[in-house]
Amino acid sequence: MWKCGNVEMNGVGIVIYTFTYFHISTLINFFEFKIIKPMSVLIFIDHTDGHFKKTTYEALSYGVALARQMAIPAEGVLLGTVTEDISALGKYGIQKVHQVKNESLNALDPQVYIRIIAAIAESAKATVIVFSHNSSGKAIAPGLSARLNAGLVTGAIALPDTSKGFLVKKNVFSGKAFATVSIKSPVKIISLNPNAYPIASGEGSAELLNEQITPETSRVKLKSTSKSSGEIPLTEAEVVVSGGRGMKGPENWGPIEELAKLLHAATACSRPVADAGWRPHGEHVGQTGIAIAPNLYLAIGISGAIQHLAGVNRSKIIAVINKDPEAPFFKSADYGIVGDAFEILPKLIQAVKKLRGLA
Amino acid sequence: MKILVCISKTPDTTAKIAFTDNNRKFAAEGVQWIINPYDEWYALVRAIELKEKDPSIVLHLITVAAADADAVIRKALALGGDEAIRVNADSQDSFYIAAQIAGVARDGSYDIIFTGKETIDYNGSSVGGMIAGLLDLPYVSLAAKFDLAGQTATVVREVEGGEETEEVSLPVVVSCQKGMAEQRIPNMKGIMGARSKPLKVLEPVQVEPLTEIVSFELPPAKKGVKMIPAENAEELIRLLHEEAKVI
Repeated sequence: MWKCGNVEMNGVGIVIYTFTYFHISTLINFFEFKIIKPMSVLIFIDHTDGHFKKTTYEALSYGVALARQMAIPAEGVLLGTVTEDISALGKYGIQKVHQVKNESLNALDPQVYIRIIAAIAESAKATVIVFSHNSSGKAIAPGLSARLNAGLVTGAIALPDTSKGFLVKKNVFSGKAFATVSIKSPVKIISLNPNAYPIASGEGSAELLNEQITPETSRVKLKSTSKSSGEIPLTEAEVVVSGGRGMKGPENWGPIEELAKLLHAATACSRPVADAGWRPHGEHVGQTGIAIAPNLYLAIGISGAIQHLAGVNRSKIIAVINKDPEAPFFKSADYGIVGDAFEILPKLIQAVKKLRGLA
Repeated sequence: MKILVCISKTPDTTAKIAFTDNNRKFAAEGVQWIINPYDEWYALVRAIELKEKDPSIVLHLITVAAADADAVIRKALALGGDEAIRVNADSQDSFYIAAQIAGVARDGSYDIIFTGKETIDYNGSSVGGMIAGLLDLPYVSLAAKFDLAGQTATVVREVEGGEETEEVSLPVVVSCQKGMAEQRIPNMKGIMGARSKPLKVLEPVQVEPLTEIVSFELPPAKKGVKMIPAENAEELIRLLHEEAKVI
């Protein structure tokens, strides 16, 4: 009876009494859930050089969709300072952003971050915490999982199935299979694979909450940062143009860079190319390098060994150019051209220029 | 100084990926097992290099696995290391594994704990961060370089579009990736020596895993490649734009 009173106070008692007992108890449970245990999805807002990362918008879109599915609010957590308008993140559907406005937090020390995010997650009664599976998410989410005893699924590729339990689909075996993972703990943490979930925005403004939390002293001191040559980070790029041994030498990368620039693409390479020092290690995609999942992976002069495929097989479309018609890569490709890269590349560059109205 | 390197066994990079038991288990039959390449080429080899520079360093390897991992652990010992520890448990989720390793390292005697940046089977990228979280140690993830000067480590970590150089006082947990070291092949002396190195087997601590894999599936097969004649290469750009809609 006390529970009925509790619900009545929320102005739905009149409706309840017209239902059978079964319905009443279902409703009571529903409202008890809502009143006594408000919950939220908390989304980590990642930024660099004062700007939000592209993966932040993906994580926001994903977290908001999940919150809607669970009928609970979505909020953001932002550590450090940015030059962008924070309230504009409301466009992606979050209602609040918890910010700890402290410049020392612009350098990421996982343990410092974990303590603060844990405190905010607790006060926001976060039941799901969403990260991007990028360099920040990989640094923070596991430690947060250990601290909160919250089950973690990294590299999620789709919204969880919350109809029976909490099931998250992720890539395993380096992109050669998927696993559906059940998170069994009350608080759950998901990190979303880059370029796996579409960005969705509308109208809205988020309330900015200035959290008064003093970060503990960092034990990890950031000494310097350096940017790699490409303008678009490889893991965030929607299009990647990649070269292999078939390019014959570092001096021949001009057309690959030109094509990449025209396509707003990042450049990548195969392992032998990185090992030979033709290109920086940071460009090596494959089993032992970086795994990527762009919309388009354009591979030039790469045979497509299984170890290379493991890093790129999550690409939505793969186009392969190779002079060897027996190159294994063609078996995994959507489009293929057999021929000399040095003859084909200028044609592609010309065609893209035409498409972009540049020629 | 003591270094602990976390080792995981994974299917060979060329292993056929298939599932049994109603898609609930990896079909391990006939699969060749290797040391997870990130653990071996980057974490372990870098630790061995540090020990070669400073022979007073004590290097331990640890794995959380059943006895069938012993061959892989011996192979790791053939590359280097003074002794190995196997926590005798079927590895469950990342949290379970991290809790076992944290249990062994809890006495605080390790100055550096190295892991690979992820395993090539479950791709969790989690165990290192969880160990650091459980032991409240500083964590540097995705390290591409690691240098020691006394009790201070300088680590270069890869982030999107660049690198960060960080300085951290030991003890520290570091996850390692390409750039840390070059792959090595064990020599005969190493292989022979590994046989007599101690392999301690410990019983697991009681921990409930937080996650569970309920099923696996294989990606849908590609529907076949569309070939474009080389003399008509421009056509690729039109198809990517109009048909695939990716540029």
